[in-house]
Amino acid sequence: MSQTRKFMYINRHAPYGTVYALEGLEVVLIGAAFEQDVCMAFIGDGVFQLKQGQDTTDSGMKNFSPAYRALGDYEVNRLYVERESLEERGLTEADLMPLTWEDEEDDWAEKPSIQLVSRAQLSGLLEEQDVIFNF
Amino acid sequence: MKFSVMVNEGPYTHQASDTAYHFIRAALDAGHEIFRVFFYHDGVNNGTRMTTPPQDDRHIVNRWSELGEAHDLDLVVCVAAAQRRGIADADEAKRNGKDGDNIAPGFRISGLGQLIEAGIQSDRLLVFGD
Repeated sequence: MSQTRKFMYINRHAPYGTVYALEGLEVVLIGAAFEQDVCMAFIGDGVFQLKQGQDTTDSGMKNFSPAYRALGDYEVNRLYVERESLEERGLTEADLMPLTWEDEEDDWAEKPSIQLVSRAQLSGLLEEQDVIFNF
Repeated sequence: MKFSVMVNEGPYTHQASDTAYHFIRAALDAGHEIFRVFFYHDGVNNGTRMTTPPQDDRHIVNRWSELGEAHDLDLVVCVAAAQRRGIADADEAKRNGKDGDNIAPGFRISGLGQLIEAGIQSDRLLVFGD
């Protein structure tokens, strides 16, 4: 496949109430093998997916939050988090996992994957995409 | 235009499967091409032939099978999502030691790569879900 397309995976659901977050992440990880121009967006309750210190022990569910840390190794290194969604839920960037990636073109410098964007900025990013998945 | 369609919800519980079906029919009637229909999340439940709705209601699964046969549609059920929810073809049933399969005619089980490929190859990918 010759052409590279811009893929955005939008995450709108909290991590454990429904299966969307887990199965959405599986799509992102499989999709990484196709070497497209990939980013993720976290809006609404989707911002809870990136929260630090998730503990599912008492619910018996699988804690899949460590998998987000692998995204950088799969060259999925643009995670846009909508600032308004964080604020509406009483969260700040400090509440999120410190996800990073290593920039091959900058002597493997470790850089943050999470970028806070405004609702208006995200709207612009949506316009740029070729393919948008909603989870 | 070349479309692909992703169906993310199960039949009867949610409108997504109905809307996707009607969209595809309308698109085909208008002369468009359907590259692939990919069933994910609870959408994989659209692909079990064990479905037995009341006779005075639409048969969503048979409807997909019939549309697939009439237009040679590629109806793909995600293998990982299918395993979680107990949807299996003969190969999957054997591989996982199950006593039977339940995939409906015209559907096939395959991986998520088929979804990504559909996104790359199609002019538009439409997602039907919650």
